[in-house]
Amino acid sequence: MSESDLGLWAVPLAMLGGAIRVSTPFLFVSLGECLTERSGRINLGLEGTLVFGAMAGYAVAYESGSAWVGVLAAAGSGVLFGLFHGWVCKLPRVNDIAIGIALMLLGMGLAFFFGKPYVQPQAPDLPAISFGWWSDIPQVKAALQVNALFLIGIVLTIAMWWMFRFTRIGLIVRVVGDSSDAARSMGLNTNVVRLLATGAGGALAGVAGAYLSLYYPGSWNEGLSSGQGLMAVALVIFARWSPVNCFWAALLFGGAGALGPALQSVGVSSGYYLFYAAPYVLTLGLLIATSSPNRALESAPRELSITK
Amino acid sequence: MAARSRSFAALAPRLEPLIIPVGALLGGLLAFSIFLMVLGKSPVDFFSLVYKAGFGTSFSWQNTLSRVAPLLLTALCVALPARLGLVVIGGEGAVVLGGLAAAVTGNALAGVAGTVGLPLMMLAAMLTGGVWIGAVGALRYRRGVNETISSLLMAYIGVALLNHLVEVTFRDPASLNKPSTAPLDEALRVGSLPGMDVHWGFGAGIIACIIAWVLIERTTWGFAARIAGGNIRAAQIQGLPVGWLIIGFTALGGACAGLAGFFEVSAVHGSANASLVSGYGYTGILIAFLARHNPLAIIPVAILLSGFEASSGLIQRRMDLPDATILVLEGFVFVAILVAETLYGRFSIFQPKAEASA
Repeated sequence: MSESDLGLWAVPLAMLGGAIRVSTPFLFVSLGECLTERSGRINLGLEGTLVFGAMAGYAVAYESGSAWVGVLAAAGSGVLFGLFHGWVCKLPRVNDIAIGIALMLLGMGLAFFFGKPYVQPQAPDLPAISFGWWSDIPQVKAALQVNALFLIGIVLTIAMWWMFRFTRIGLIVRVVGDSSDAARSMGLNTNVVRLLATGAGGALAGVAGAYLSLYYPGSWNEGLSSGQGLMAVALVIFARWSPVNCFWAALLFGGAGALGPALQSVGVSSGYYLFYAAPYVLTLGLLIATSSPNRALESAPRELSITK
Repeated sequence: MAARSRSFAALAPRLEPLIIPVGALLGGLLAFSIFLMVLGKSPVDFFSLVYKAGFGTSFSWQNTLSRVAPLLLTALCVALPARLGLVVIGGEGAVVLGGLAAAVTGNALAGVAGTVGLPLMMLAAMLTGGVWIGAVGALRYRRGVNETISSLLMAYIGVALLNHLVEVTFRDPASLNKPSTAPLDEALRVGSLPGMDVHWGFGAGIIACIIAWVLIERTTWGFAARIAGGNIRAAQIQGLPVGWLIIGFTALGGACAGLAGFFEVSAVHGSANASLVSGYGYTGILIAFLARHNPLAIIPVAILLSGFEASSGLIQRRMDLPDATILVLEGFVFVAILVAETLYGRFSIFQPKAEASA
């Protein structure tokens, strides 16, 4: 079967494959933000963490020859950014939203600074697993090329859901996020819990960046990220701070992001920039639909500055 | 002796908001110097190059000042809503769409005299920017949508809209490599300030800062906005029109950013294209925070940062550092200024009561 025979069916198929490809960074960064926000802190700087993680992951993968070492390096750099954010935010009168903006700019600046020599060379890619062996249609095969990180992301989603629901650590994070007073009366140190949650969230954002530079689109350049780290903040609100909802929301955003390229693949090229804007419009629309002027958002962590 | 210490006591609380940001700026520059030394580069070389390229000669001053206009105006786009406690960071979207509106209006008015055409272009740019950021304020008030996230999303959408409209709807067929709107008539280009090689945007930016300062510090609207910024509920109980204040201040900020777009098109580029997306909106955020959202303080801070950005090329060539060096410097300063917020009220020297009892 040749490519053209699929006709318009190629669009949903390309969107499915694209949704899986494009959603993975959304999934990781939104899980990270979800964890941080459940502890009662917001990290708007994940965009910077993600871009720096993309650079660090690519550079280390290139130098070491192993994509997975690159992913680890990206996670490590993300931890550093997260810990710094967490440490600064615990100082009195420091605004976590403003610090997030500053770290976003600093992270991108540092990434562009150190990433300059790595714009040209080709680092090893992350491996993909083919789930399309049963089909002869090349587009089906292409759509079902699933990266290992996507599968890890699914496992992580379930693990985080289980953690919040059934474990002591999950309970601690939730209590700290819902009421600092209650947490303190339980003898918990809210600053330490938030510091660790922010650090772990940063690690996930770093991995999201490494996915961008090591798999799809699969190279490092300064225009690599298109705001995934920032959209994740809106995505977590839409997902009502639930890891499982984060997964579905990430898929939805991935599908929206894949719309432009999918239409291009069947020859629709006019309005390319408008399709490119689809994820932002979708995010904004969902944000408007799910926000409310007079009450705090349903199931939001009550210590979160953004919903107070 | 006693008299002097009493006058210092009266002055001390006023000095605090000056000394802490300046100290934080120096702290950020110091951290950046250490960063350079770790990389084996000389901070002395760096800052002397910045001085030379940004402020050393009358030519470099003109170069610096000619870049200040959009920074002043985008900083106002952050500082005005900040009076209401809003963190609006999407000025970039209003800049690019304001610029596009100015270019499209200018093309429609081809052949019209500058005295008629330029004000209309300016109005179109300010209206577009005002509506764009005013919508962020309206969403905040009517729907409780977080203004930080929505404004940044709107910035991405604005840039995509610009690219689409410039490439498809308003494209000048003659612009082959870089899709642009048709070039503006010579009559619709803004010239230089008398006696300088700096375009009128600089003067307009300074005037806008002064007007914004008067609005905030000397009018009842500004006073009402500060009350609402401190406590929305209290302002509502007082019967203040909180909704109109939010929409008005965000729209005014957006109008400033739109005006920046007008000057970029009419004074610098001569048509609207992707060059409008140059990150002024993001530098403006840093400037507004450094100036503690005081419109008059924005002027020197914007000139300082403009000098830094003007020196980028020279630093690249002379020190073999990437063009992102200035971004890193700005990031260090930004983080330092925010961390310094924690220092307010910590120094007893700034507390008059502690002085008096001592």
